[in-house]
Amino acid sequence: MHNKTIAELSAGLEAGEFSSVELTQCYLERINSLDEQLNSFITVTAERALEQAKNADAQRAAGNAGILNGIPLAQKDIFCTKGVKTSCGSRMLDPFISPYDATTINKFNDSGAVMLGKTNMDEFAMGSSNETSWYGPVKNPWKQDAVPGGSSGGSAAAVAARLAPAATGTDTGGSIRQPASFCGITGLKPTYGRVSRYGMIAFASSLDQAGPMTRTAEDAALMLNVMAGMDPRDSTSVDEAVPDYTANLNDSMQGLKIGLPKEYFSQGLDDSVAKVIESALQEYEKMGAVIKEISLPTSNLAVPTYYIIAPSECSSNLSRMDGVRYGHRCEDPKDLNDLYIRSRGEGFGPEVKRRILVGTYALSEGFYDAYYVKAQKTRRLISNDFNQAFNDVDVIMGPAAPSTAFNIGELTDDPITMYLSDIYTIAVNLAGLPGMSIPAGFVNGMPVGLQLIGKHFAEAKLLNVAHQFQQQTDWHMKVPASFK
Amino acid sequence: MSTLDKSDVEKIAFLARLGVDEQDMPEYASNLSKILDMVEQLNSVETDGVKPMAHPLDAVQRLRADEVTEVNDRENLQAHAPETAEGLYLVPRVVE
Repeated sequence: MHNKTIAELSAGLEAGEFSSVELTQCYLERINSLDEQLNSFITVTAERALEQAKNADAQRAAGNAGILNGIPLAQKDIFCTKGVKTSCGSRMLDPFISPYDATTINKFNDSGAVMLGKTNMDEFAMGSSNETSWYGPVKNPWKQDAVPGGSSGGSAAAVAARLAPAATGTDTGGSIRQPASFCGITGLKPTYGRVSRYGMIAFASSLDQAGPMTRTAEDAALMLNVMAGMDPRDSTSVDEAVPDYTANLNDSMQGLKIGLPKEYFSQGLDDSVAKVIESALQEYEKMGAVIKEISLPTSNLAVPTYYIIAPSECSSNLSRMDGVRYGHRCEDPKDLNDLYIRSRGEGFGPEVKRRILVGTYALSEGFYDAYYVKAQKTRRLISNDFNQAFNDVDVIMGPAAPSTAFNIGELTDDPITMYLSDIYTIAVNLAGLPGMSIPAGFVNGMPVGLQLIGKHFAEAKLLNVAHQFQQQTDWHMKVPASFK
Repeated sequence: MSTLDKSDVEKIAFLARLGVDEQDMPEYASNLSKILDMVEQLNSVETDGVKPMAHPLDAVQRLRADEVTEVNDRENLQAHAPETAEGLYLVPRVVE
């Protein structure tokens, strides 16, 4: 049962082959027996899941079951879930039991989906390896010395290890696509504003976006059908019609114009990863796509631009974690400043502190124009590059990450090198574009992700392009040996 | 080349009301300096006349009618606070 996709599970439920309670039980047992090796869940909500499954079965019996009815899902612990701990991977929110549901959680509840639990993540989504979590690192199911990527590392590992059919992630600079690449699953970051951020704990508000992490592109389309849409409660969500994302999955690749940014294949890219990407591109050529070299000349500005904008916005967003209204509070504060300083000092880990400090500095009096405004200008140059490129091509492709998953501890002392593991994903967030990572092959037993980048609101096109690849290849079907 | 020393970090940490352990100060100073060096690559980029991009779709803030939509949920919301009394959040005495 656990090797089936959402589409297959949904058909099985509808045909009465198994119930949602049985399905949920199967995944809860897998989590119970296998997650000790991975640490991919922070909270498992077994009782609630079985309750939801029972309701889903009743709904189906009454004849009103949608496609996700009764399907168990894992939710990244960044989404507020009413009555359930919502930690965001931080000691700061370890005591936080959310008093409300995020819009995304509401939508999944309404669709009849079952929540298995909340997945581990880098603290406040700041990290590329899941090592900054207060709850300890997540292990990569393909090799347990390796990181799963981050920040949605728990979601990626859980889906890869078949501890959940699918999960949610969030992506500020690559946090869905890079872990999807490292764990060999399908991850989609939608266009900025496509999915509501209400109740999704904010990191960098001009970049954050939620999306599905699944085995297949078809499943990602089914998830996005539920997640996407305007939300009056999120002032940045966009009022743009939501298509049926499964409608165009079978469109032909004949004549599809694929742009390859030459900058993504130059320095820093691992040779063996480059080879995997090249053979993936050959698959597309076989399907009739046309490949064209393009240039994104400002690619080298993406990481520095991001490391001004993201920390600045995080320093502002995280000021709400003050030890007054919720979350961690220090013992015996002697005055108000002591309360703030010690509560925040104890509640946040080193990477979050680094970013708050960088952001505070960049936004401080006398530096704002030199850093934040300058970065907003280079951000526009980066975005203009993409607009220019999309005059000539339908989709841009390249690696999702410069290497396969690195080892736990390998980069923790070197924040800059860690930041560079998101070099191919960050520009996509700066430009607000949709991006995907799909399994494209292996290097020494470790998965490699192919990144697809589309025009604004072209999620249906990306899903189509990903689905067609998955009709020709079976990389997305591979299961890590210890989790078969 | 931006070099931050320990006293700069202390100053920034206070602005952020963020406790940083004394023994960790040099490491933060060194890492922050490296990050600032990295971002200062942007200084060499010509951006005169480029309009700053605050929103990736250049959208403007959507406004809503000024109507009461939320119900008073104080008890539920304050149930998660470290310390409250009579509907108020408690902090150490600010005014003597």
